[in-house]
Amino acid sequence: MFDGLSDRLAGTVQKLRGEGRLTEANIQDALRDVRRALLEADVALPVVRSFIDEVKTQAMGEAVLTSLKPGQVFISIVQRELEKMMGQSNEALDLSAQPPAVVLMAGLQGAGKTTTVAKLAKYLKQRENKKSLLVSCDIYRPAAIEQLHTLANQIEAEFFPSTTEQKPEAIARAAVDYARKHFFDVVLVDTAGRLHIDTEMMTEIQSIHAAVKPVETLFVVDSMTGQDAANTARAFDEALPLTGVILTKTDGDARGGAALSIRQITGKPIKFMGSGEKVDALEAFHPDRVASRILGMGDVLSLVEEVQQKIDHKKAEKLAKKVSKGKNFDFNDLKEQFEQMQNMGGMAGLLEKLPGMPGMAEKLKGKVDEREMRRMVGIINSMTPKERKFPDIIKGSRKRRIAQGCGLQVQDVNRLIKQQIQMRKMMKKMSRGGMAKMMRAMKGGGGLPPGMGGSGGLGF
Amino acid sequence: MFSFIKRKSRKVDSSTTPANTRSASRQEDHNTGSVQSSASASESKPVGLSSSLAKTRRGFADSMADFILGKKSINAAMIDDLETRLLSADVGMDATSTIIDALHNNLSRKAINNEAALHHTLAEVMKLILQPCEQALILDENTRPFVILVVGINGTGKTTSIGKLANFFKQQGKSVLLAAGDTFRAAAVEQLQEWGKRNAVPVVAQGTGADPASVIFDAVESASSKKIDVVIADTAGRLHTQDNLMEELKKIKRVLAKIDPNAPHETLLVMDAGFGQNALHQAEQFHHSIGLTGLAVTKLDGTAKGGILFSIAETLKLPVRFIGVGEGINDLRPFHADEFVEALLE
Repeated sequence: MFDGLSDRLAGTVQKLRGEGRLTEANIQDALRDVRRALLEADVALPVVRSFIDEVKTQAMGEAVLTSLKPGQVFISIVQRELEKMMGQSNEALDLSAQPPAVVLMAGLQGAGKTTTVAKLAKYLKQRENKKSLLVSCDIYRPAAIEQLHTLANQIEAEFFPSTTEQKPEAIARAAVDYARKHFFDVVLVDTAGRLHIDTEMMTEIQSIHAAVKPVETLFVVDSMTGQDAANTARAFDEALPLTGVILTKTDGDARGGAALSIRQITGKPIKFMGSGEKVDALEAFHPDRVASRILGMGDVLSLVEEVQQKIDHKKAEKLAKKVSKGKNFDFNDLKEQFEQMQNMGGMAGLLEKLPGMPGMAEKLKGKVDEREMRRMVGIINSMTPKERKFPDIIKGSRKRRIAQGCGLQVQDVNRLIKQQIQMRKMMKKMSRGGMAKMMRAMKGGGGLPPGMGGSGGLGF
Repeated sequence: MFSFIKRKSRKVDSSTTPANTRSASRQEDHNTGSVQSSASASESKPVGLSSSLAKTRRGFADSMADFILGKKSINAAMIDDLETRLLSADVGMDATSTIIDALHNNLSRKAINNEAALHHTLAEVMKLILQPCEQALILDENTRPFVILVVGINGTGKTTSIGKLANFFKQQGKSVLLAAGDTFRAAAVEQLQEWGKRNAVPVVAQGTGADPASVIFDAVESASSKKIDVVIADTAGRLHTQDNLMEELKKIKRVLAKIDPNAPHETLLVMDAGFGQNALHQAEQFHHSIGLTGLAVTKLDGTAKGGILFSIAETLKLPVRFIGVGEGINDLRPFHADEFVEALLE
């Protein structure tokens, strides 16, 4: 839906070519594109303005050699500044207090506080071997306490019971007392969602804060939040001494400009991001990745990680070894490739994450048929183990048999064989010249969409 | 510094507009024809929403009043300022330029020279975009049960809205049954049951992990045997990017069609007013997957303005049925374009 900033800039900065430096006059249009991209990503308007000013100052006078793509120079400045504003690196929780360390969650309704409490408990248990006590001070939303109770059971963490008749402050205090006596490392205090303009509720959370003196007070915010993120973050930051932010629902396709707004307005680091419905879907926040995402430049690192998670490592290693030895890439390997691709949510899902590709994925969805992939696996399944291992023996009558076996035509089998031969060639090249050579070969063959050639090597 | 660039770029824009008739300017031609006809019918505003939204508006209202009343004559900077205000309300780049273009057109046509008229014209332009969406949800008397399927992203307020909807229909003298189709989230069933208790309406549930399609099917079956008027079905919150979960919704629709080919009679997307530009994409994806018939915008009692509704109105032309303005059981109101715009600009 959104064109990536890189695509758009590629067009706009064309005319910069041939000029020696970036000046106020010649980057106007480019800055307008950046502004648009940031607004479409829901970065708050005041933040957009200060950012544009900053980029302009930084960019002005930067040398643009005629041989280089000026768009590239410009975009790397934008990316650099965005990362700088986002915070240079990931900041972890600071739980180095006399145990129990109290963590207080705050945020609007529906931001994902309760789910995040459970994810955080699991995270702390797995990564830092800390024992957490979960407690809910949400006496307002129906079944909110049960929700946390159920989640606590799911992750096998201890839950401190509370009822809607109790006062939130008293609940929190009792939970911390209990945790102290029972040697918990951490107490995670869930609170009711509240509007920042509801003074009564804001006073309530201030009193909870005063009662339990948390070492971490985390503001939980939905990554889909629009311009209002600036208002709410400011209000919560003024009411409570926030120590960090958790960005939720980042597995959607929102650009998450709210992250930048909140970071800029509160100055507080974003510590985690929620990335799925499962209780283990909580990741450390990586400013650089979100920066790319805001700019619509794809998220290569997340893609790599996702691939690493979902790919069967043993199989992948086997293939890598095979390829590096220059051995033949056979149908068994091709089948594995197809299957792993299906595991990862298919081509469209993969492409979505590549720089310059978000638009492509939309277009490709209609063309790359997932069924086609299954059909090809079907063809391979109709081959004998020998045929799979030695594709070259597949000739006329074998082809006919295979076609019959999978209910397709001989032409379909031919097509697959052709594809396999191409891939085999590519793998051979890779084993000799490495990835770079292959990319060049693909580019030369027109295998990549035009946007990709222009935006390759954006400085990741 | 920045506004200097912006103004310059606008100059470039306006010089090129005659050549390329953008969809925006076509829209505005279409609009200006009917501006005057609706101009007179806008000043009646129910008191209820006003007071509910009072806190919402404060910040925006103050700055708007400063802007509208504080300056004497209309100049380019004022229009720029207006644009800024629309953008800050999540109206988005495209809808904002559509609105501003239409405003420009009106300005030159009517030769407006005072702030009050500018304000009025802006409101009219914005109302024109939203008015086609102002279609109340009317229950078909001949359809029993009338099935409402409630869908949306996680945390937009589906379950809470269902609680309020049940109250809304009960007050109209309808019998209501709730279906606990959110079988995924912890304690979602209990949450809906609590709303059932508050409204004294039955809730059909099977528990966490059950097949939502089967729960909702049972609920509709049971409602039709008990001659209940309205079934409101909850579903688990889901991101529009998760294909498998969108398939699950399709399945619910397929299964419901076995009881009544027209069911669900209303597929309502619940949207958080705080959402930014992604909300358009959400609505598009949900619409594409299961065919929405209405929208409800929640959490308008905060400082969020829900400006993305303008893009959604222009792109999808979906009826907006309700707005949520608080946590109370009565805090769900039918949507009125005039009210919404006035609340946003006041």
